[in-house]
Amino acid sequence: MNSNTKLNILRTLLAVFIALLISFGIIFLTSEEPVKAIVQLLTGPLQSQRRFGNVIEAMIPLIFTGVGISIMFAANEINLAGEGAFHLGGLAATYFALNTALPPVISPLATIIVAGLCGMIVTGIPALMKIKTESDVLVSSLMMNYLILYFSTYILSNILRDPKAGAVVSYAVPSVTQFGTIISGTRIHIGLFIALAVAVLAYVFLYKTKLGYELRVTGENREFARYSGINVVKITLVSQLVGGTIFGIGGGVELLGMYNRFTWTSLLGYGWDAIIITTLAKKNPIYVPFAAFFLAYLRTGASIMSRSTDVVTEIVTITQGIIILLVVAEQFLSKYKHKIIAREAKAALVEKEGE
Amino acid sequence: MILDAIFSPEFLNNTLRATTPILFAALASAIASKSGVINMALEGIMLFTALFGVIFSAAFQSPWLGLLATMAVGGFIGFLLAFFVLRLKTDEILAAIAINLIANGATILILLFVSGDRGISSSIQSIIIPRITLPIIKDIPFLGEVLSNQNVLTYISLIMVAVVHIFLYKTPLGLQIRAVGENKDAAESVGISSKKIRYISLTLSGVIASLGGFFLSGGYMTKFTIGMSAGRGFIALAASAMGGNTPIGSFLVSLLFGAAQALSNILQLGAWPHELVQMLPYATTLIGLGVYSYSRMKKRQRLTGR
Repeated sequence: MNSNTKLNILRTLLAVFIALLISFGIIFLTSEEPVKAIVQLLTGPLQSQRRFGNVIEAMIPLIFTGVGISIMFAANEINLAGEGAFHLGGLAATYFALNTALPPVISPLATIIVAGLCGMIVTGIPALMKIKTESDVLVSSLMMNYLILYFSTYILSNILRDPKAGAVVSYAVPSVTQFGTIISGTRIHIGLFIALAVAVLAYVFLYKTKLGYELRVTGENREFARYSGINVVKITLVSQLVGGTIFGIGGGVELLGMYNRFTWTSLLGYGWDAIIITTLAKKNPIYVPFAAFFLAYLRTGASIMSRSTDVVTEIVTITQGIIILLVVAEQFLSKYKHKIIAREAKAALVEKEGE
Repeated sequence: MILDAIFSPEFLNNTLRATTPILFAALASAIASKSGVINMALEGIMLFTALFGVIFSAAFQSPWLGLLATMAVGGFIGFLLAFFVLRLKTDEILAAIAINLIANGATILILLFVSGDRGISSSIQSIIIPRITLPIIKDIPFLGEVLSNQNVLTYISLIMVAVVHIFLYKTPLGLQIRAVGENKDAAESVGISSKKIRYISLTLSGVIASLGGFFLSGGYMTKFTIGMSAGRGFIALAASAMGGNTPIGSFLVSLLFGAAQALSNILQLGAWPHELVQMLPYATTLIGLGVYSYSRMKKRQRLTGR
């Protein structure tokens, strides 16, 4: 491990630490029982098997979204339609499962493939717009999210809605399509393995294949990639299609594993969660599960805290924001970095003189 | 029937109303973009200032003092973005996303802390900026119905188009902003500090966006509700980009998006499925962006002879 990697890890840990300190400060300022709140936030998830199960359950969708955005960001395509792709994935999974009668195993498999394809369309539209009209992906992808939200709500309330249910929810997905739990006493479902497999496959794709290499080179320097003969238009398209597919699969898996009925009438925010995960994982899919675990732990802790104290869960979005700001800030700890570099250079000189 | 509704003075009056928050944000985006930084934090700035507008106008028992204090908050967030981007070398998009995230959580937290309210600021006695009728103009047929009886902030937004235009194109500071945005190194070589200029631009951008945020909860609506900026900050990014980051261009595109919003507001009351109608402003933005970018691309290809 060279000193640069070490420093990166140190910086990330310090950023997380500072963000947590600031959040604790806010809790102290606003809460009647701050110590209890902080203890619940930090240790709540460890207090029972069910609660720790909640962490793993919450980690599953975060792995998908973290991997999906890492692939797009690695190609430097700032496509933020993952939120919409995840949402549509959930809707498509519900629609497909309700309208087909497939045998066990095939049914959930086909359902998440359909969810993935729908996710691919969502991020694919901004990608195609960039290629055909040179539109800025950032803005077009943001618009996609709102379009998907209202479209999904329309389909839910007019086509999929179960009139017998009290709230606006869809019919229940048939039980052959639903994911079973794999650990009793929790709701951890088979999607965990799918998520981990996706993370590993995405890592292999990005770091062990030619296309993945081209993708990263294009992300680093598009002009250089073009002159080296890489088809950058293809990379633009592929990165966003693959990213959207993973988001869509994530939406489908989350629905089959945790919901069984489509109930999403507002955007769930997974597209934004993906940003902090890829920031912590440095765009490398293999680190994504760890970052997802961290965020899921924090979320679960916050949810436990909000149930037993007067602090609301939204405190976590503030923590998230501060972590992103500090981790991405290149100048954060830069003086320390310079010192290390200077010290290493000196050490190398001394070594040379000794020879 | 719908066509009747669209060409009525009432609809155009509503269009101006719906344009106001987008226009403020689009002007804010134009200034930032002219200096060479994308201000994607407009969404969060509007959300923050919509909340602080309610809090301050209630605290001072005056919408105008409240507006002034809110502008300071907007400017501060703009400055903070500049600090992270310029001083700490944070990626401008990621820094903005972080600010937007913080805005989502912090507004809920602050609302709860200040008033005990969840979701909507129902127990804060905020005071909104009034609508006024314009003398003389109100008597002009049709035009009077469109222009008169608007919120004071709507008039201010229209005046701001001219003010920002003059600022950017007729003042030394405006020239420096454009110079830094066009070519940072060239500007530095003639002694302009690009950092200083960008600090100023982003702070100003925050101040102008805060007018839009204030309008949302103290004019357009009368209370703050969580998430009430509803993507307007992002729509404004598109508006200023499509308007070539000029104040007048931004105004024209904002009008288009405002009209889509107003149409959506009207149609929601009718027999149309309201979910589909709510897609209108976003769909208009998406398609408008595509058409604009395509024509710009064709124009450039023609000029370069390819």
